[in-house]
Amino acid sequence: MELTNENVLGKIISKFGEENIWDAFSPDGIMTITTNRASIIELIQYLREDKELDISFLTTMCGIHYPDFKDKELCVMYQLHSLRHNYRIRIKVFMPATDAVMPTLTNLYSAANWMERETFDFYGVQFTGHPNLTRILNIEEMEYHPMLKQYPLEDQTREDKIDTFFGR
Amino acid sequence: MSDSNNDIKLVDAPDGISGAGFFATSFEKVIGLARKHSLWPLPFATSCCGIEYMATMGSNYDISRFGSERPSFSPRQADILMVMGTIAKKMGPVVKQVYEQMAEPRWVIAVGACASSGGIFDTYSVLQGIDRVVPVDVYVPGCPPRPEQILDGLMRVQDLAENESLRRRNSPEYQALLASYNIK
Repeated sequence: MELTNENVLGKIISKFGEENIWDAFSPDGIMTITTNRASIIELIQYLREDKELDISFLTTMCGIHYPDFKDKELCVMYQLHSLRHNYRIRIKVFMPATDAVMPTLTNLYSAANWMERETFDFYGVQFTGHPNLTRILNIEEMEYHPMLKQYPLEDQTREDKIDTFFGR
Repeated sequence: MSDSNNDIKLVDAPDGISGAGFFATSFEKVIGLARKHSLWPLPFATSCCGIEYMATMGSNYDISRFGSERPSFSPRQADILMVMGTIAKKMGPVVKQVYEQMAEPRWVIAVGACASSGGIFDTYSVLQGIDRVVPVDVYVPGCPPRPEQILDGLMRVQDLAENESLRRRNSPEYQALLASYNIK
C-alpha cells in the first residue's frame, strides 16, 4: 500500500485509539502526532513491526523546551523513517518540567542510546531503563542542563560585549 | 658560480668583542640567538585556523625558514604551544595539560579570534580565550588569520626569545604568573 498521512494515521488510531493519539498535523509535509508516555514505546514498536508500515529507522530524537506551555514545558520528539516507502513521521510526547521522565527506547533502537544521553545532557530528561545515562557532550562538572531556556546561551564572563564599546 | 655566500642569509653576530681567532660576547645573547632560530612549535589545531597553519607549513609560506622545522605533536622538545581554533571548556584541561608537559622555556601563541577571546562563539560551552587556562605571549588576530599573520606571530615570539633574560623564568614575577594559573 502507498503510505499517506491519512492512512498511516488511520492505522495508528485504529490500533491505539483516539485517547492516545491526538494533534495530528503536517507543518512541513511530515505528519506530526502527539502521544503520551504510556504508548510511545509500543507505538514505535508497532510502526517498526507492522508489515505494511515498515517504519523501521530512527532518524533522530531530541528534547524541546517550551517554557510557555503550562504543565507540558518539556517535549521529546522522535523522527522515524520508512526506508522502504520513503515515508517519514514525527512523534511528540509532552511532559511537565517537574516530571521529566521518559521510558527508554534503547531496547528497540540501539541508536537511541547516545540520542537519549544527549537529551538528558541538554534538557535533563531522565530515561528510565537506559543502560548508561550520563552526560555525553558537556563537561561532567556542569551543574545545569544548558538548552533549557531559563539559562542564557551566552557565556556570562565575557567582557568585550559591554555597552561602553558600542556607545550605549 | 652560484654557490657564493651572497645567496645565503646569515644571522648577524650579536654585539661582542672580536679579535684574531676569538669572539667574546655574553652567554645570554648566544643562547637568545640559538633559541630564536630554532623555535619548535607544538600545533594544537582544533579548527579552521589549523588549516591556515597547514598552509603556513607548506612550501609557499614555509614556516621552516624561521627555524620551526619540526612541528611536533608532542610536548617533547617543543618550545611554542600554538593554539589554533576554538577551545571548548571540555578541551581546556587538555590544553593546560599539554602546556604543563612542555619544558621551560616555553611560549604560547593564541592564533585567531577563538583561541584569543572565544571569537564569535559566545556560548556557555566555549572557553572565552585560552588565557583563562594558560599564560599567552602573542595573540594573532583574524578569523582565520592568513599564513602571513601566523608567521608574523611567530616572529614576535622570536623577538621575545632573542631578548629574554636567562633569569626571567626564575623570577618571582614569572613564578607568580604561573601560580595564578595554578601551574606547579
